[in-house]
Parts: sequence; structure tokens; C-alpha cells
Amino acid sequence: MAAQARAAQADAVPQDGDASNLPFIYRTYSREQLLAALHRMHLIRQFEEGAEESYMRGLIHGTMHLSIGQEASAMGICMPLSKEDQITSTHRGHGHCIAKGAEVSRMFAEFFGKTTGYCAGRGGSMHIADVTTGNLGANGIVGGGLPIAVGAALTAKRLKTGKVVVCFFGDGANNEGAFHEALNMAAVWKLPVVFVCENNGYGMSTSTARSTAVAHIADRAAAYGMPGVIVDGNVLSDVAEASHDAVERARRGEGPTLIECKTYRYRGHSKSDRNRYRTKDEIEDWMNNRDPIVRYEAQLQEFGIATRGELDAVQEAVRQEIAAGIEFAKESPMPELSGLADNVYTAEVSR
Amino acid sequence: MNAPVRELSYSQAIKEAMAIAMENDERVVLMGEDIGVYGGAFQVTGDLVERFGTDRVMDTPISELGGAGVAVGAAVTGLRPIFEFQFSDFAALAMEQIVNQAAKMRYMLGGAVSVPLVMRFPAGSGTGAAAQHSQSLEAWLGHVPGLKVIQPATPHDVKGMLLAAVADPDPVMIFEHKLLYKMKGPVPEGHYTVPLDKADVRRQGRDVTIVATSIMVHKALEAAGQMAAEGIEAEVVDLRSIRPIDGETIIASVKKTTRLICVYEGVKTLGVGAEISALIAESEAFDYLDAPIVRLGGSETPIPYNPELEKAAVPQVPDILAASRDLVRGAR
Repeated sequence: MAAQARAAQADAVPQDGDASNLPFIYRTYSREQLLAALHRMHLIRQFEEGAEESYMRGLIHGTMHLSIGQEASAMGICMPLSKEDQITSTHRGHGHCIAKGAEVSRMFAEFFGKTTGYCAGRGGSMHIADVTTGNLGANGIVGGGLPIAVGAALTAKRLKTGKVVVCFFGDGANNEGAFHEALNMAAVWKLPVVFVCENNGYGMSTSTARSTAVAHIADRAAAYGMPGVIVDGNVLSDVAEASHDAVERARRGEGPTLIECKTYRYRGHSKSDRNRYRTKDEIEDWMNNRDPIVRYEAQLQEFGIATRGELDAVQEAVRQEIAAGIEFAKESPMPELSGLADNVYTAEVSR
Repeated sequence: MNAPVRELSYSQAIKEAMAIAMENDERVVLMGEDIGVYGGAFQVTGDLVERFGTDRVMDTPISELGGAGVAVGAAVTGLRPIFEFQFSDFAALAMEQIVNQAAKMRYMLGGAVSVPLVMRFPAGSGTGAAAQHSQSLEAWLGHVPGLKVIQPATPHDVKGMLLAAVADPDPVMIFEHKLLYKMKGPVPEGHYTVPLDKADVRRQGRDVTIVATSIMVHKALEAAGQMAAEGIEAEVVDLRSIRPIDGETIIASVKKTTRLICVYEGVKTLGVGAEISALIAESEAFDYLDAPIVRLGGSETPIPYNPELEKAAVPQVPDILAASRDLVRGAR
């Protein structure tokens, strides 16, 4: 979207008076792009609500980790990326996948274990990926994607592809050794990678205050000689601006950045979570006062970009897309049992 | 293939293979600790950094987990990394990336990606480096679908198998016994490959099959030479690959000789020999057996420092001789 964004600046959002005081995205993206971002944020939320409901109804097995409440972080980070740019994602990765451009129908199909799913029914929620839109995959191992993102950035630098790699991870991962090793190498080699910590306050049940020796995860950037940026992860424009700056820095060959998006997940860690480690008041405070979609929609109206009716139309269009996606997944074929060993190797081996 | 053949050491053969791979393919990069100006802990990469530069012969920080992960990410996105662990023991620090990521990524993503990654593991005892620098951990990785795990025993094979590994679309783990590095043997010039999934019958025999891996191939051949003087003809099968295992060659050999000894340096229990034994027990060769199967593996201990204890911890030529005599003369 980066190239279009620059082109769109000429006809960015219609404004009365001086537009330079507007937040970043309203100065940078066209009305169409801003509404497309809203569309994707609704898509993330409704996809997860749809997946949750399907799980309750027994249509999806296993478990899943929902990112409801974190939509601005996924979308804001991905807004400045081109389709060719790459991301690595996490166990809470549905939002990243959608924000980077995946189709919800094939994501639902994957969750339903169908052949039409992005991973042919072999990965499920925790390994959701769409390599065609640059998503190298979610990861079931906390911190697992960090060195892989650095490796992808090494390829970009060595082969001069011009790509930037964004590495999503959670606050839990910042205490894994892989985090420290990955950040150090990315900085030593000045690689085009952006580390994005989505700090939702809890690694499963353990709060960052109880698990992490620094006040902010972004503080750790100093140890690796890179900028550390803290943003309100529930404000789309703030996230997109931080991402834009970090992506441009990476593209210029100046090396990595660590962005910390302060955010919150409304749902539990996974389907087994009994929510014993946080209060109802805390959860409701975030839901009622800091919801990223509500805040974005309020700005879109405040700046005269869309009316309530137009915003509702976006939501309705998403509703239909979700319903169609679930239908596609239901109708899709199950894998043949004879294909159990497909793709263990690229070429078949005898035993 | 009429390429001139010279005598090269095992480590020279590896270096030559890496140089050919790098000359042929811009995407091939070497990564590892102290593989640049230092030349690698065992001088395997040697002076390659002078020929190919620091961009392609990359010294990593001492970060096995991160380094392995970088190699995985680079492989998935278009490079062809050859990653050197300084000692195979240090793979324990990187198991997450090898086992959970490299081995499974293609499968988890439904075939959307491949991981053309080569990892080299200097392995084995005999150097006086004690318990944390002497292990034979190949069976760990041999247990993981998605990986290919090889143990070339000769300079010829290590060059050909390394070149096959670089061309392979999947992650290939190469275990190199450190005592083999200085061993010399005939190596053709230029590019050639040796299959990653075929055992090799090193010596024909009729009385007993000795399936051996890595340095044990040479001990088995030495034992076989001594046995021949006593009238025992041993067939020595160099396994070469433990994932996949070439069952066909082993089964054919056991059907011929009716006796089987497995010799490997890794800890005996739950090791490569257990798999070979089970493979025979499950096959048509079982009915041909005239004696129980014998496993000669590493002792159920860490590798000790004292040189005599160290030798006692892994199978030696006299052990192979004794087991063979017992089997053939019906003492078992």
C-alpha cells in the first residue's frame, strides 16, 4: 500500500482549512484506503466472532487464540506494507493474516480442516498463513517467528529484493531467548525488519509487570542499538505512523526498529481460559472506553470522511462476507486420509 | 564421470563441496560461529571467506537458536544456507528451530513453502573434549519427520552428499564425525552427487552383516579384515542415511548372511541400532535369522574425559570382532 499511499497524498481526505494538524493516516491515505482499513478491522473482528461461534457449535476443533480488541495493531502495522513485504505472525495471528490481505473464506476453510484452507487443513488456527500475500505463517511456539523474520530480512538484503519484513510477537515472547538473539542479529547486520510487540498485558495469565523486568518492552530496544517506539495500539493512526517510520527506515537500509503496541485482548488466552487473573472491571474498561474500532469510526466521522450510515454499510458488507466465508468452508471437501503424509517432504521419499 | 580423482581429507572434501555449491549458486551462503577468518573450529570452512567474502561466509554471534532460526527464515524465502554448528552438542540450544520450525513448516503450511536448508554437525567422541562436546545425537533428529539426516563416512561421500543436500528442497542434517576430518580418501574433482537415501555395501561377505554408521564403518571394515584371516566373511553396510533408512539394502544383506550386528556411536538404547533391529524383525528377513541381533552402541553414560574411559564408552574394533565371532560360531 506504500506506493499508493504516496500517490494518494495529492487527493487525501477532503479537508476544510489546514490538514497538517490531522493525525498521520488522514494526511497519508485516500478515503478509499481509510475505509478499506476499516473494512479489514471489521473483518478481523467478525472473522474471530464467527470462528468462536463455529467452535462453540462444534464445527471447529482444537483451540484458538482470539485477538478481538487488538485490530488496530494488526491493521495499522500492515497499512504501510506492500503486498510483497513479508510478515511472521503468532499463535494470536488471525488479525495479522487478514490485515496482510488473506481471504476469510480460505481461513475459515482452514479452521474447518478443509482442503481449500490455506494450509490444506494441516495447520489450523495456530499455523494460519498465506504466503501469496507475504504472510510466512503464524507460529505455535512463543518467539518462534522472531529469528525466522530475521532470516527473511537477510534474504531481502542479500538478494536486494527491497522487501521489508515485519515480525509480530506478543509480550510473552520478549522473555524468550529467541527474542534477544533475533534483535541482536538484526541490529548487527542492519537488516530490513520491524519488530512489533503486541503487548496485551498478559502472557497467558502472567502480567508483564510480574514477568518483565523493564517498564516497557520497547525499553529493550536500547540493548540492541535500535529505536524503541511505544504507541497506543488501539489507535489506528498512531500504529500506522510508527509502522510507516520503521518500514521506511528499514527500506533505507538503516536497520531494525522495535515497536511496542500497548493493547488488550477481550477474550481469554485460549479456549481453556477461566479468566482468573484479571478483573471484570479491567476488561470492561478496555471494551467500553478504548475499543479500537469504535475510536477509529469516531475519527472517520469527526474528520468528515464517512457518515454513520456509510460506516454501517461497511459493517454490513463484512457481515455478508463472513457468512459467505463460513458457507464456503462448510461446503469444501475434507482431505483424503491417503494424503496424510503429503508435504512432509517436497519430493516423496520411500521411508 | 571421468573427473580426475585425488586424495583429499574429509574436511577438504566438505570445503570443496561448499565452494562448488557457492560458485554454482549465488543463493548459497555459509553461516556459523567463527567460520570466517578463524576458518571454523575444525578448519572446515578454512579460507573460503577470502574467496567469497563476509556476505556469503557469515560469522554469526554465539546464538545457536537465533542463528538456526535465521537460517530457516533465509531458506524459506530464497537463500540456500549451509549452517555450521561448532559442535553437534550445541544443537540442543537450537532444537526449537530445527524440530518445531524447519522440519514442520512445509507440512504445517500445506506445502506452500519448502525449507532448502543444510545444517552441519561436527559430532562424536575421541577428542578428549568430554561430555558436552562429544555426543552423537543423530538419533534425536532422525526421529523427526520432515528432516533428512545423513552420516557420510568417507571423503567421497561427504562431498557428494553435501552437494546433493544443497540441491535438495528439504532440510538436510549432516553429522560429521570429528575423527573423520583428517581421514583421506579418493575424491573426484568437480560436481557430483551421492544419493541421500541409499546405504552402501562397503564389503561383501556371507557370514554376518555389520550395519555401521559414520566412523564405525571404518572400525567395522578393520574388524572384517581381521575376521577374514579367521575364515569369517563379514558384509559391511555403510548406512549413510538414518532418515530415510534404506531398508531394502539391509534386508537383502541379512537374508544373505542370516546374522546382523548394528554398530553405532550414539547411546545404545533407543538409538539407530534399535531401529535397524526392528526393521529386520518386521521384515521377511526375520525368518532368515540364524542368531539374535546384536547392537553395539555407545555406553549408557555421558562421554568421559579420561582417554581410556572415553574409548571404553564407544564400540571399538575388538568389540566388533568378539561379537562377530560369537554370532558366527553360535555362542549366542
